[in-house]
Amino acid sequence: MAITEVERRRGQLAALSIAAVVIIVGVPLWWRTTETYRAWLPVSQIKDLAKLQLHLSADVEVVFARGTVTPEQQKKVPLTQTQDEEHTVDGDLLMQFMILRSQNMKPARSFDSQTFFPEDTTLRYRYETKYRTATIMEEDALKKPTAAEADLSLHMLSESPCGSLVVYVIPESSSLLPEDVNVYIGQRRTALVRISAQMRVGKTLEQLLAQLEPQIKQVLQVMSFSHTDITVALSDRVRFRPGNKESIADSMRAFKSSPGYEITFSLLNPDPKSHQLHWDIEGAVQTYIQPLLTKLSPLANFSMDSQTLYYTMLGVTPRFDSSFEAYTLNADSLAHVINPVEARLGSNAASSNPVLNFLLYVPDIRHSPLYIHDHRKQEVPSNAFHSPRWGGIMVYNVNGFYGSETEFPVHVNINMAKVMGVFLAQLRLLLGVQSLSPPPGFLVAPCGSTGLADWELDRLMWSRSVENIATATTTITSLAQLLDQIGNIVINDNIAQQVSSAVTSLQLAMAELEVGNLGFALQYSKEAILASEKAFFDPSLLHLLYFPDDQKFAIYIPLFLPMCVPILLSMLKIVSEARQRRREKQAKKE
Amino acid sequence: YFYVFIFKKIFWLKTKQPRERRWEATEVKEAATVDAAADIQGTSAPETVVPSSVPQPKDDFQEELVIRPLHSGDIYASFQFRTLWDTDFMRENKVSHYRLFPKSLGQVISKFSVRELHISFTQGYWRTMQWGQPFIPSPPGAELWVWFQDSVTDVDATWKELTNVLSGIFCASLNFIDSTNTVQPSASFKPLGLGNVTDHSFLRYATLPREIVCTENLTPWKKLLPCGSKAGLAVLLKSEKLFHSSFHSQAVHIRSVCQDWQCKTTSWELRQTLNSVFDLHNSGQTKREWSLFKMFSRTLTEACPLASSSKLYIDITDNPQGEQFELSPATSLLSQAVVLGDRRTFSVYDLTQETTFGTVRSLNLLIRWKSNEGEMLRPLLHAERYVAGYGLQTGEIHTLMYNNHPYRSFPVLLLDSVPWYLRLYIHTLSVTSKGKDNKPSYIHYEPSKDRVKPHLLEMLIQLPPNSVTEVTVQFERALLKWTEYPPDPNHGFYVGSSVISSLVPSTVAMHTNSTRERPLFSSFFPCKEESSYFVRIYTEPLLVNLPTPDFSMPYNVICLTCTVVAVGYGSLYNLLTRSFQIEEPNPGLAKRIANVIRRMRGVPPL
Repeated sequence: MAITEVERRRGQLAALSIAAVVIIVGVPLWWRTTETYRAWLPVSQIKDLAKLQLHLSADVEVVFARGTVTPEQQKKVPLTQTQDEEHTVDGDLLMQFMILRSQNMKPARSFDSQTFFPEDTTLRYRYETKYRTATIMEEDALKKPTAAEADLSLHMLSESPCGSLVVYVIPESSSLLPEDVNVYIGQRRTALVRISAQMRVGKTLEQLLAQLEPQIKQVLQVMSFSHTDITVALSDRVRFRPGNKESIADSMRAFKSSPGYEITFSLLNPDPKSHQLHWDIEGAVQTYIQPLLTKLSPLANFSMDSQTLYYTMLGVTPRFDSSFEAYTLNADSLAHVINPVEARLGSNAASSNPVLNFLLYVPDIRHSPLYIHDHRKQEVPSNAFHSPRWGGIMVYNVNGFYGSETEFPVHVNINMAKVMGVFLAQLRLLLGVQSLSPPPGFLVAPCGSTGLADWELDRLMWSRSVENIATATTTITSLAQLLDQIGNIVINDNIAQQVSSAVTSLQLAMAELEVGNLGFALQYSKEAILASEKAFFDPSLLHLLYFPDDQKFAIYIPLFLPMCVPILLSMLKIVSEARQRRREKQAKKE
Repeated sequence: YFYVFIFKKIFWLKTKQPRERRWEATEVKEAATVDAAADIQGTSAPETVVPSSVPQPKDDFQEELVIRPLHSGDIYASFQFRTLWDTDFMRENKVSHYRLFPKSLGQVISKFSVRELHISFTQGYWRTMQWGQPFIPSPPGAELWVWFQDSVTDVDATWKELTNVLSGIFCASLNFIDSTNTVQPSASFKPLGLGNVTDHSFLRYATLPREIVCTENLTPWKKLLPCGSKAGLAVLLKSEKLFHSSFHSQAVHIRSVCQDWQCKTTSWELRQTLNSVFDLHNSGQTKREWSLFKMFSRTLTEACPLASSSKLYIDITDNPQGEQFELSPATSLLSQAVVLGDRRTFSVYDLTQETTFGTVRSLNLLIRWKSNEGEMLRPLLHAERYVAGYGLQTGEIHTLMYNNHPYRSFPVLLLDSVPWYLRLYIHTLSVTSKGKDNKPSYIHYEPSKDRVKPHLLEMLIQLPPNSVTEVTVQFERALLKWTEYPPDPNHGFYVGSSVISSLVPSTVAMHTNSTRERPLFSSFFPCKEESSYFVRIYTEPLLVNLPTPDFSMPYNVICLTCTVVAVGYGSLYNLLTRSFQIEEPNPGLAKRIANVIRRMRGVPPL
């Protein structure tokens, strides 16, 4: 009896120790060897990014020229005023306006009362307006005969940094502006505002400023960021309600922000037997396109090339319209026109940046002249069309060269000024340089040789930075969400590093926006977008994505089932025996 | 591949935003752009009819087709398209403007700093003994060799990227080129264009013998031509006929060449070649008769208007009096060219002349055989290769090189690139000719590294006159990991062709001046001396069987080992946990029977 009891105990101990070995050594070993490697990600910071709070601030300097402020008003300047606007952009584009104002050098009032919108985008605009009187040199500059000259010499005096604005308030008596113009917007970052005499007489400075404000606000809307621009830039984050189609059209036209663009000019010559075309694309690009791209170089890298394609037929045969004595293409059929041509255009082999295509189509002799008609059956004067986010096409008729005894092929020298004028206009549209119509009373200086005013570049930079930030945050948050949901995905160190650097760049970009350093903000937002895309599209994320559970069980069961069943059974037996013994003991005690 | 597919899908979903293409009329703000632009230029140049003094374009395009009736009754058709462009791809930050040169290849050259690029896709094997030498040789499958500029710092990374881009351009699986099938030959592949480079670290050579060539490779190749397949000789390139032939090879060669004989200026040359051998028996004809329409199901109606020269050559060397075959329409234009060490006579049809097309405005060339006599000149050099041995452990590669020259011996360079899973026993390497040991004067051998790089063997061997030289080397077959096997592993593993490059003594004087106006087919390999000509020969690719496992094995192994472990573990567990007790020894059978009887009798048991 004693021996069997000892044996039984030994057996129980053996079973217990085997179970202990399995639990202490086996399970961790199995866990460690089958674990997928997941590097640490800054999850909490990404969560913070999910509710995007953008603070945009711009420095505005309002300079009073002599004769616009009275001496007692002048005593109170310089002074600084901060103006805050807060918008919440949610899915339905509901805008909540809260204009709060804090006066006189005090820090901006904090928004304790602000409602908290989870998962939403909060926008806060701040204009730091500094008021001061003009220096002597500025006074001299403002005495120039024309506004353009004044603009230039003011620009020479002090170069205002990217994103900031200077508004000069000039008296009514000034001869700089024509009669019916109250506001002049220069080529750089300056504007001239004319103030009428009755506005200032016998009023305190506060009243004067209050009167000035609507005008300055209008100037800001034109020259700096406007709320519509920013919401359009946020279209990646915020879905539009299908009500306002026009704004979507505008936002769809421009290319998405990208670190680089490839611009390709293609000369389509479907009939090389009849036409020998010569286009001085090299010179034309240097003269017309390059200055604009040089100006835009802070936004993105541009590369240009051109090619000539022969025997490229349009997808639609143009119809002969006897009322015009010409062949016509309808706007509705243009989508089909381009498809066969696109196959020949070829993508850029050496980079993955978006391509902007500009096609110059010289119709063949049997379909010449060819005109494009718009939706209202009207002839398009430029004979050119563009497609959002794709490029433009221009039809160039050469039927003027056919004489009665012309010998074919005709050698044609293409007028590049005409062509490039159209392409330049299309390029501006596709890059998102809006040529908005100014409010009444405004005079916008024609953009000079560069084709782009400084403030237009600023506007573009504002919306591009916001767009980049929005895109990068969406990418990063969706990546984090994906990784969170699918546990099989391996997260390598390099991905974690990309994610962290994207998050850091995003935070930096937002901080720079808040301070008003537009150039840096754009730079950081570009870095953020690059890093986030790199992380998102890393092929290593997909290695173990597909690993079905049934296969896992098929491999585990032959080993685990025969090993675990005896252990479990003996554990059950031990437990039931122990319970029985306790019951017996209790029975004995009683 | 599934993952790649998923990845592409995701990428596609992310990039292709739902959009409908909308077209809007462009309103040009005259004030904004045109005037500003005109201001810069002063006066905008009006559009004009250009007078006769057109600026000489810096690029030039030529096309030509050579047809050679072969003695076997087959027809060899060789297309060559050459674009010359006087430009510099290597200039930094240059806006590039393409006219005749294809933009995609130009971008590849400038992005990857390519000095020379040769790529070929071949279906079928060129039978040297029946067909003679091809104008441009190529191995079965895909071949790519590239010389990079010496400004490239990381050649391997550039090479990898380049192969990926090229596989996109040509719709081929060149992306399977990696370090395991790339070699750096030290002597066999010298640049064919300008530049006397000796540092072979800028050279990469790879073949994919398994690559299948089909229509999807032909279409992008045709797209590179300025006239596409719309005009000129390229209208003949219809895939349904071209791929119904016993040999098809298309290639792209990019190099820089001299413009004049002093070589003061250089230009880039893009040569697109397409060689095809049409089989008499394959096409199911009874009469020995060929026409352009029968071969290509098209006839020629015009030259490519962009081509400065567009010519059709028929090799009539073996048919001086018209006794072997008859040509119609006949042409009086004859041309002689020295090609591959032989002076050949050609009938020439100049497609830029209206008279070539006659009254029907179409040229349908007809070749009608009269007799099938006549002997072909045996090629001076040819080679073959096979695997010997039995079993799945070891084997032996035999390479035979024939020198058919009656009295001259000449040296050949043999290049062998063998994948790592055939482990060469280089100590068994033997070179014998005429039963005697033939010691190579130069051996360059790079051993393989498992899963990293292949074997590379280069030898300079002197071939004695009228002899067969045999190179043998033994190898061992490696066992691959089970994930490394391709689909259908029992088909076997391909080993790329050996490359034999040689300067073969010529019977006629070769032209050494490379810039002289010559037909394209005779000007591909530069010629340094008059007495010999350059020949490159590819042997057959090998198909080697490797020991192939049963692919359901891993799961079987898992199940079996688990069962064994479970049985062992179960009995051990049983032993450890069972409680033992002494049992009364079993009474014997006799005793038990006795006890039963005793119980029946009512007597107490024993």
